[in-house]
Amino acid sequence: MMSQPTNPHVPHAGTELYDVSRDELVADSAPPGEPTPAPKTGVLKRLVHRFSVLGLIGLLLVAFWLLIAFVGPLIAPYKGGALTSTEIFGSYGAAHPLGTDYLGRDMLSRILYGARYTVGLALAAALLASLIGTFFGLLAAVSGRWVDEILSRLFDAIISIPSKVLALVVIAAFGSSITMLTTVAAAAYIPGAFRISRSLAMNVMSLEYVQVARARGEGIFYIARVEVLPNMIHPMLADFGLRFVFIVLLLSGLSFLGLGVQPPNADWGSLVRENIGGLSEGAPAVLMPAVAIATLTIGMNLLIDNLRRRGRSHGGA
Amino acid sequence: MKAHAQRLIAARLGLALLTLLLVSAVVFAITGLLPGDAAQQALGQAATPEAVAALRHQFGLDQPALQRYVEWLMHIVTGNFGTSMSNNLPVSELIATRLPNSLVLAGLTSLVSVPIALLIGISSAMFRGSLLDRTLNVLTLSTVAVPEFLVATIAVLIFAVKLRWLPALSYLSEVHSFGALLRIYAMPVMTLCCVIVAQMARMTRAAVLDQLNSSYVEMAILKGASPVRVVWRHVLPNTIGPIANAVALSLSYLFGGVVIVESIFNYPGLASLMVDAVTNRDMPLVQGCVMVFCAAYLALVLIADLCQIVSNPRLRR
Repeated sequence: MMSQPTNPHVPHAGTELYDVSRDELVADSAPPGEPTPAPKTGVLKRLVHRFSVLGLIGLLLVAFWLLIAFVGPLIAPYKGGALTSTEIFGSYGAAHPLGTDYLGRDMLSRILYGARYTVGLALAAALLASLIGTFFGLLAAVSGRWVDEILSRLFDAIISIPSKVLALVVIAAFGSSITMLTTVAAAAYIPGAFRISRSLAMNVMSLEYVQVARARGEGIFYIARVEVLPNMIHPMLADFGLRFVFIVLLLSGLSFLGLGVQPPNADWGSLVRENIGGLSEGAPAVLMPAVAIATLTIGMNLLIDNLRRRGRSHGGA
Repeated sequence: MKAHAQRLIAARLGLALLTLLLVSAVVFAITGLLPGDAAQQALGQAATPEAVAALRHQFGLDQPALQRYVEWLMHIVTGNFGTSMSNNLPVSELIATRLPNSLVLAGLTSLVSVPIALLIGISSAMFRGSLLDRTLNVLTLSTVAVPEFLVATIAVLIFAVKLRWLPALSYLSEVHSFGALLRIYAMPVMTLCCVIVAQMARMTRAAVLDQLNSSYVEMAILKGASPVRVVWRHVLPNTIGPIANAVALSLSYLFGGVVIVESIFNYPGLASLMVDAVTNRDMPLVQGCVMVFCAAYLALVLIADLCQIVSNPRLRR
């Protein structure tokens, strides 16, 4: 009983949100015998084949915000902090398409500048979490029982601190800075990535070609790199998208509490906080940043859901 | 067999305690060890080395880290969390005044969300693939991805600003009648329910689907049992464990959600106490709140585990 590998009973939101069992995930990711014989020119066709309408909407939303994160400041009509209007909490109009904020700054520009923080920070943190989590997951799967046991216990402990609470503790101890926010968001979601990658790797490790590689006398690093890792990339990518959503929600939640990105910089969470005074007037300044967050996260969720469904139904084809 | 179940329960209890111990070590490391010298911080850069050394001695910072950890742990086990730095009240007293409020909020939220979520989850599993199922899928998928503060702001905008039905802030001292209670709790509970219902419904659906695919269900259908009977008599008894897990996992989301919701509605609960403590960098209070949060989280997971064990007749006999 005690040799039970990792406690499956310390739950972690996210893995269970999608009704996909891990075996299915591995089956998905197993190298397809013959990729669908699509002509090179049929990229568009294949895209349509792989995406449902909702999936396509998700893809477009995510691609749109990613693009904005890179070019946002370039196409913004005003400079980020510029006071451009005497009207505060202005409504939609020609000069200010999304109205003005509590100081009379152009809201569209604020959101375009903020995209860099919301999308960029979350992307960096999700990348860190997935890479580190996958590394330790692989390590736990290919090394002996003790390494696995110790790593699993440690990550189980971190997972039992709710992510927002963990973030609050770290910010209380170290203060809030961009580096700290990225680190804590990554740290909060490493355990989740660890558990998924570990169980994926464990499944792959039991397959015959890994046993063949072992019998051949390959070292564990070779096995991890060449045999196991390529076969868990696909589900880990879907998982990466999920972590991205959670991190966006975590960071904007922190910013909304005033503990995230600090002024004069502002991500979308801070924008909602700054302009909360305009709520009673129904000002676009308070609604638009929140809508921006929602479109980003909903888009990503639709995209992942689509990838998983399609991946399953066409996995064997 | 009964002895086996008891052993299993004992193992779970032990595991939960071990995890709590590890959590306390992580929390202590973050708040007590890593941020550097509290004495130096308290006195500022201009302090003489003698003064710093004296204060360090007074704080007990000149002792080895392990010893400080063990002392801190001993205090916590006996219910002594130290005194708050901002108002010199005992932390345990502050927590004791706030905890019941949070528990009421959590209890009401569960009371509302669990039945709704089970209804949605089971019915969408029963009508898998139908328009109802697909609509619910997109709805829950989107709701999961929406930040709580967006739901809360929209709720305030509609019910407090436009319709003027409900107060925007929660003043618990004004609760004198059942109607007043409903008005105060309506919006916080509604906001928390949104995300939790979506999450719980998705996991319930997955658990029920899992059983619907099994051969005993096929047998029951072939025998001519009606769909309702199949689900009610055959599937549900077998899904109590997974559903209990889904419920616990979703409710554990409350611990993150309340952080935002309590702050928005100015609700005097534990989470808003913690946010204030973080803003003031009041370490003993932060430590106390985190440990309460984590203990509650682990207790919830433990209850779900026990439900799973008790609902399994093979272990009960």
